[in-house]
Amino acid sequence: MLEARAASLSQRSIKTSSKAAALDLAIRCVDLTTLEGADTPGKVRALAAKAVRPDPLDASVPPVAAVCVYPSLVGVAAAAVAGSDVGVASVAGAFPSGQSPLDLRLAEIRRAVADGATEIDIVLNRGAFLAGRYQECFEEIAAAKDACGSAHLKTILETGELGSYDQVRRASVLAMAAGSDFIKTSTGKVSPAATLPTVLCMAEAIRDFRRDTGAVVGLKAAGGIRTAKEAWQYLVVVLETLGDEWMTPRLLRLGASTLLNDLLLQRTKLRSGRYEKPSRFTID
Amino acid sequence: MTSRREVERQGAFSVEYAPAPESTAIVSLAPRYDLYIGGRWVAPRSGAYLPSVNPATEDVLCEVAHAGDDDVDAAVAAARDAWPAWAALPGKERAKYVYRIARQLQERSREFAVLETLDGGKPIKESRDVDVPLAAAHFFYYAGWADKLEYALPGARVHPLGVAGQVIPWNFPLLMAAWKLAPALATGNVCVLKPAETTPLTALLLARVCEEAGLPPGVVNVVTGGPATGAAVVAHPGVDKVAFTGSTTVGKAIQKVVAGTGKKVTLELGGKAANVIFEDAALDQAVEGIVNGIFFNQGHVCCAGSRLLVQESVADVVLDKLKARLTTLRVGDPLDKNTDLGAINSEAQLGRIQQLYDAGVAEGAEPYQPECALPDRGYWFRPTVFTNVSQSHRIAREEIFGPVLSVLTFRTPEEAVAKANNTPYGLSAGVWTEKGSKILWMADRLRAGVVWANTFNRFDPASPFGGFQESGFGREGGAAGLLPYLKVEKIPA
Amino acid sequence: MTERLPVRKTYKLFVDGAFPRSESGRTYPILAADGSTLAWAVRASRKDLRDAVRAARGAQPKWASSTAYLRGQVLYRVAEMMEGRAAQLADELAATGAAGATAEVDAAIDRWVWYAGWADKIAHVAGTVNAVAGPYFDFTVPEPVGVVGIVTPDEPALLGFASLVAPAVCAGNAVVVLASETNPLVVMTLAEILATSDLPAGVVNILTGSKAELGPWLAGHGDVDTIDLTGAPADVGVEMERLAADDVKRVVRPLGSAPDWQDGAQSPWAVTASMELKTVWHPKGA
Repeated sequence: MLEARAASLSQRSIKTSSKAAALDLAIRCVDLTTLEGADTPGKVRALAAKAVRPDPLDASVPPVAAVCVYPSLVGVAAAAVAGSDVGVASVAGAFPSGQSPLDLRLAEIRRAVADGATEIDIVLNRGAFLAGRYQECFEEIAAAKDACGSAHLKTILETGELGSYDQVRRASVLAMAAGSDFIKTSTGKVSPAATLPTVLCMAEAIRDFRRDTGAVVGLKAAGGIRTAKEAWQYLVVVLETLGDEWMTPRLLRLGASTLLNDLLLQRTKLRSGRYEKPSRFTID
Repeated sequence: MTSRREVERQGAFSVEYAPAPESTAIVSLAPRYDLYIGGRWVAPRSGAYLPSVNPATEDVLCEVAHAGDDDVDAAVAAARDAWPAWAALPGKERAKYVYRIARQLQERSREFAVLETLDGGKPIKESRDVDVPLAAAHFFYYAGWADKLEYALPGARVHPLGVAGQVIPWNFPLLMAAWKLAPALATGNVCVLKPAETTPLTALLLARVCEEAGLPPGVVNVVTGGPATGAAVVAHPGVDKVAFTGSTTVGKAIQKVVAGTGKKVTLELGGKAANVIFEDAALDQAVEGIVNGIFFNQGHVCCAGSRLLVQESVADVVLDKLKARLTTLRVGDPLDKNTDLGAINSEAQLGRIQQLYDAGVAEGAEPYQPECALPDRGYWFRPTVFTNVSQSHRIAREEIFGPVLSVLTFRTPEEAVAKANNTPYGLSAGVWTEKGSKILWMADRLRAGVVWANTFNRFDPASPFGGFQESGFGREGGAAGLLPYLKVEKIPA
Repeated sequence: MTERLPVRKTYKLFVDGAFPRSESGRTYPILAADGSTLAWAVRASRKDLRDAVRAARGAQPKWASSTAYLRGQVLYRVAEMMEGRAAQLADELAATGAAGATAEVDAAIDRWVWYAGWADKIAHVAGTVNAVAGPYFDFTVPEPVGVVGIVTPDEPALLGFASLVAPAVCAGNAVVVLASETNPLVVMTLAEILATSDLPAGVVNILTGSKAELGPWLAGHGDVDTIDLTGAPADVGVEMERLAADDVKRVVRPLGSAPDWQDGAQSPWAVTASMELKTVWHPKGA
């Protein structure tokens, strides 16, 4: 049923002014990400420059929501986006597998926050979760939230490893109950990552959690979103499940790297009527 | 339970590759082969057949016709008869025949490769991965020129020469046949091909491919035989163009024979190439290049890097690496897919190599050969490196045409150039250095028709190949390879 | 005994190695010589064109980096396959009233073989080693421009296609082709041949439909490097030239020259028309 509903939502036709608004919203919701073993300060500075000013030729393009990097590069990222509204998200807690002693994972979170991260993305302990040790998962997330201090916490469910929508739902509820500010689909290191039915499932969980507890939790779709068309399909799923209130980077994020240039391409096409060459847009 | 430490103490056990022979089932040899003349298989008038031997086993593979003067006469006549119609064909139609031959070589590549190894002794790895693919590529490449000659030689009107008499050697039998036939046919000439005495079989299979391609009778003729057959082809008054690949000694004799006859001639002869290793070379890669340069095809290569010129400052390091590398060379059954060095092509050639080896020892050079078991039957020579070699040693001067490397040193680039050029030959040279400008400086100064930089033994139908000085004249490959088969007139203004 | 009813062929587009319908769902009738409807061809939209350009760009780097020898062999294989279906191609040409269909098919095959043989020789005529006045090794190599948009003529539908597409592809480009409007059927049959000839998906993409509609989109698309206007109707061609100026697109064969398709229209300069020249300097010195 989720899949049929998601498929029908993906057919929504978004035109003209709505498309322009959707593109700008999508850009503002991007967490511009680089999570590679080969990342260097130079790479992160380039990413940050693009996050703050996505199109050097068009000042009307809004900045993205945040940059997302590994803990060792948080300091560089924070310095590079200083003075702008772009946040610094850090993955932390032995990303992406999470397979490390808890105390070390919490220490990594604290260190990232101390270095300037305003947002922390952790992974759910899939091993414990799939073994049914829910209390353990809950406590880890709660401890992570505590370690975050003022930074907000996103919990990555790694939906591609959970095996079923029921598990996705259960993990969503668990993560929210433990205090996550955002629930997030994927690390981007495993396939499948974000899919429309999975995001729909998570959005429904958020909706019901809000109804039951009053808590407002954000949703981040990450991994495998490469085109503007896919991006606004996610926007539609969230809009039609959670309403206008979630149509803001405060509650909605798209974790991506190549997506931004396709959003820029579509935005330019809308304004000029022409299809552009990829080299018109910078690579970070 | 054995602890990990104990296992290590017990020592390594050696891993052997099990034999991995290529099957010969794909080849079906007849007991006896005739000459291919005028589109038919004809017996030699003298009735002479001689055995063709597998040099790895000394087994007789089959009998092959030995063409006499009268057979050569018939072949040239058949070619001459076929020429007008062949030359009159539009280039694009000639091209189609040559494309067919190329495609057939690709279709039957395994059969050709196994046959080449059986007949000549070269490792199956080489015949399969180098000889046969390159041969097919040559036909494919030259097919494409057949209808584009006005672009190869702008401003010129060109005509084919007529009957090409082509005498080829035993080291790359099929590939040399391709290098000769492809440009000749594409440009509208007809051919009388004389394969080497010890390696006629792939040429004969190629003749059958020509037959199946529908090539008009007489356009390609194959006359197998010995040196006398070759001499008859070269001297025949009905031959307009002579193309020869082989030793410098024979090449000089041929040049003498055709002098004054008006025949066009191209020669691709011997070499004593210098492989120059500078101190700023990538040394491990250079060692691979040295090994490839002299041991590829058992050193039976005209452009072999048979002189190693190593800069003195790195000579010891390079030689240590080289000697160690030699111990990993696998000498043995050419049909085994893991074999690096196959058999020496014939007893006679083995004798010549041995003679020069002995001369080297007598002259005071120091030989090094890795230990390796050699099969009891067949013709074999271990890979050899001579150090302590001077310019005036015979082994530094004469072409050995076997797996024997002579090592000399130099101090400066100028000295490297001088020593490299200090030879009557000039076919190829190798240069190893990571510095680009030095490569180009050396390339400017080396008197060689082919310069390989940070590589060796690279061939391509699009890349002209041929020598300076006593390594011969004329080029094969590229548009330059068309010239030897064309009469060029300037278009009148 | 009842007569057997034939199974009629549906004609679609050829994009990225597959045969999709137009996202617009539009088609238009192709008429036989007697005015009856032969079949319906797809009327491609700008979105189909957008997808075709994306496919071409995706396929081009790998095609360009394959050896020239390989490209030549792939093109030769196309000719082999065309030869095998020569009768079908001739029938489809004749059905719309084209004269000399068999001669046209033979010429198209031979032209294709001609260009197959250029792949590894174009460097000989277009590349140079330059005798500069200094200690430098200085050489110039031709390389493919990238994605070429080609408007092929309505007639001769097959020979025109071969004459314009083969040289661009042999050079290592990927192409987006606007096929003959009056006889796209034979072109789409050729597309089937291309799809089964070892040509990588996306190297040739073919759209059928209105040149007046698609041409400007092709000329205005920022990710097309060169456009060949040989088959464009005069007014469409002018507009395309103007649009090309927006990103300094290369324009090949502006209107005004009508090639002699049978004899005159083959040349290595047709290959170099969709190539750039790159010059490299390297100092010489020990």
